[in-house]
Amino acid sequence: MREVAYYEAKFEALHEIMAADDRVHLIGGTFLSLSPRRHLYQELARKYSDRMMSPPISELGFCGLATGAAMAGLRPIVDISTGSFIFEAWPQVCNEAANAFYMSAGQTRVPVVFHLFHGLRGGGGAQHSASPQAMLWNNPGLEIVLPSSPRDVKGLLKSAVASDNPTVFVDHVQLLEVRGEVAESEPPIPFGVAEIKRQGRDVTVVATSYMVQRCLQVADKLAEEGIEVEVVDPRTLVPFDTATLLSSIEKTRRVVIVDETHQSCGVAAEIAARIAETSFDKLKAPIRRVSTLDVPVPYSPPLEEYIGPREDRIIEAIRAVLAAR
Amino acid sequence: MLPKVPRETLLDLCRRMFIIRHFEESLVPLHEKGVFAGHYHLYIGQEATGVPALACLQADDYLFTTHRNHGHLLARGADPKRLCAEILGRSDGYNKGKGGSFHTVVPSLGFLHTSAVVAGIIPLAIGTAYASKALKNGRVTVCLFGDGALEEGAAPESLNLASLRKLPVLFLCENNGKYGAGRAAGAAQSPSMAVYPLTDLPRAYKIPTQQVDGADAGAVHALVSETVEKIRRGDGPSFIEAQTVRWPGSETNWPSVLQPTHSALAWDVSVVPEKVREWYRACDPVLIFVRELIEAKQATREEIAEIESKVKAEIAAAVNSAVASPYPPPEDAAKDYFA
Repeated sequence: MREVAYYEAKFEALHEIMAADDRVHLIGGTFLSLSPRRHLYQELARKYSDRMMSPPISELGFCGLATGAAMAGLRPIVDISTGSFIFEAWPQVCNEAANAFYMSAGQTRVPVVFHLFHGLRGGGGAQHSASPQAMLWNNPGLEIVLPSSPRDVKGLLKSAVASDNPTVFVDHVQLLEVRGEVAESEPPIPFGVAEIKRQGRDVTVVATSYMVQRCLQVADKLAEEGIEVEVVDPRTLVPFDTATLLSSIEKTRRVVIVDETHQSCGVAAEIAARIAETSFDKLKAPIRRVSTLDVPVPYSPPLEEYIGPREDRIIEAIRAVLAAR
Repeated sequence: MLPKVPRETLLDLCRRMFIIRHFEESLVPLHEKGVFAGHYHLYIGQEATGVPALACLQADDYLFTTHRNHGHLLARGADPKRLCAEILGRSDGYNKGKGGSFHTVVPSLGFLHTSAVVAGIIPLAIGTAYASKALKNGRVTVCLFGDGALEEGAAPESLNLASLRKLPVLFLCENNGKYGAGRAAGAAQSPSMAVYPLTDLPRAYKIPTQQVDGADAGAVHALVSETVEKIRRGDGPSFIEAQTVRWPGSETNWPSVLQPTHSALAWDVSVVPEKVREWYRACDPVLIFVRELIEAKQATREEIAEIESKVKAEIAAAVNSAVASPYPPPEDAAKDYFA
């Protein structure tokens, strides 16, 4: 199969989505953050400028606009760009879009997609590096998607647009140049289906977003020592595929969770709780989390690297769960 | 003045005003008796804005309203039984009890989502307007909110977007704080808003604005119908500030009916307690409308009394039906959170 870069797969999806459905409008940024691949957005704009809107710096206003437009028959995809900026739109995303279907007793559907780039991006500092997905997971009514590969971004974006629910599409700039196999006619990937990104018998590593790529590299290294790591990627937090995860743990009986949200009440905390509630008796070692330290994100490169789920911390955690008997 | 519409329409507008007034007055004792929970907000005193304004719209137009929504829904023809059942949290309610007073929706009447955050609907309203423009379906969105909504950041962001994109939306701000604190001294409208008049805010974003006496049904009808026509033909957004005098029963956090309404108050307020008499004598928009109908010989006192008595019977039956409606099964709380 052909191999393409993540950003190419993402824009293939956007082209297919725009061509397939006139109701899809793109509102906000370029879906590329500060990447030099901006010509891809210009190509899209040449074909679909009447369905693309570059709004003022009004996240609250344009996220609400997209939500209202979704209520009235469009299927907007909003690029909030830097994940931290969703805080400016919090009332519309969390208090309006997320509640509309439930509090109307299912009468009002909100097929809007909020796209953002989360996480440590290199020099983002405290106000451009947020990973808001844990907070969003604590806010019922939103579907949450975390692609980690070129194939996933293409397939999951198609499903996000097809969904009748408000969906937060949590992307990561460090993934944009990752290459991988993607079919030209890649089908939509259904939500709630985890993927085992690498098979292994010794330890289950649950990873999300860019951490999937880092954990695959760690797994390659440890394989040289004869340690076989199984990497499980939930791909969507809401809905969450518990079954695939638990069957992996039943096999390996050891688990490490690697995720870039802050540790307290983070994504890894919720996944750990779910495992502990149902599979405590299967585990040979305490669950380990590798998350971002509970401090604001510092600017200086060595400081930023220090607080994240570093490779050495992941390896240390894996060794610790393997050491338990 | 009276709206320039046929007599039957005038009598229908009168009927709708009575529906709102008697519906709202019926809620107060229900709440005092503990029949429903939580806080709630009444539309009393603003009937002559909502009723004629909404009469200017087409059946498929979009409307957004706030925590003070009962009057708007009823003006547009919502069923008092189902609205009351929703306020009481019952299964016959429009939202099966999941919304309540704050969040009642009636999509068939154009109300898709009702937010209890004062400016929560303003970005959504420019969104339905954006969709209508993109889909070229000719629908206008009317966004109904109070003066307090302009204090939230969602308002200026949305005014800017609506103006930039020339969106087909009418911002209808119901300012129920006329004669509020500070006004007499020529200062700001309220201790919480530096902009005065309120129309200065949309005007800064180059949105055409008008002010109207919200107790003057004819003036509201004329202005809203003319404005909606302009919006529908593509002129972009407009902003109307309708000014009403706050109903004295809403002065406290919890509404109280110090004087039940009946149409005879239109010509004799001697029975009204003195401390609220002036409002019923000079400011009550329903009584003003009744007087105008009679003075213009569009209806007799007896005809008005008959309309009102039918409405009261209808509201009493609606309330009884709502009270008799069962609560939803508790386990429904965990259902239907995704499409």
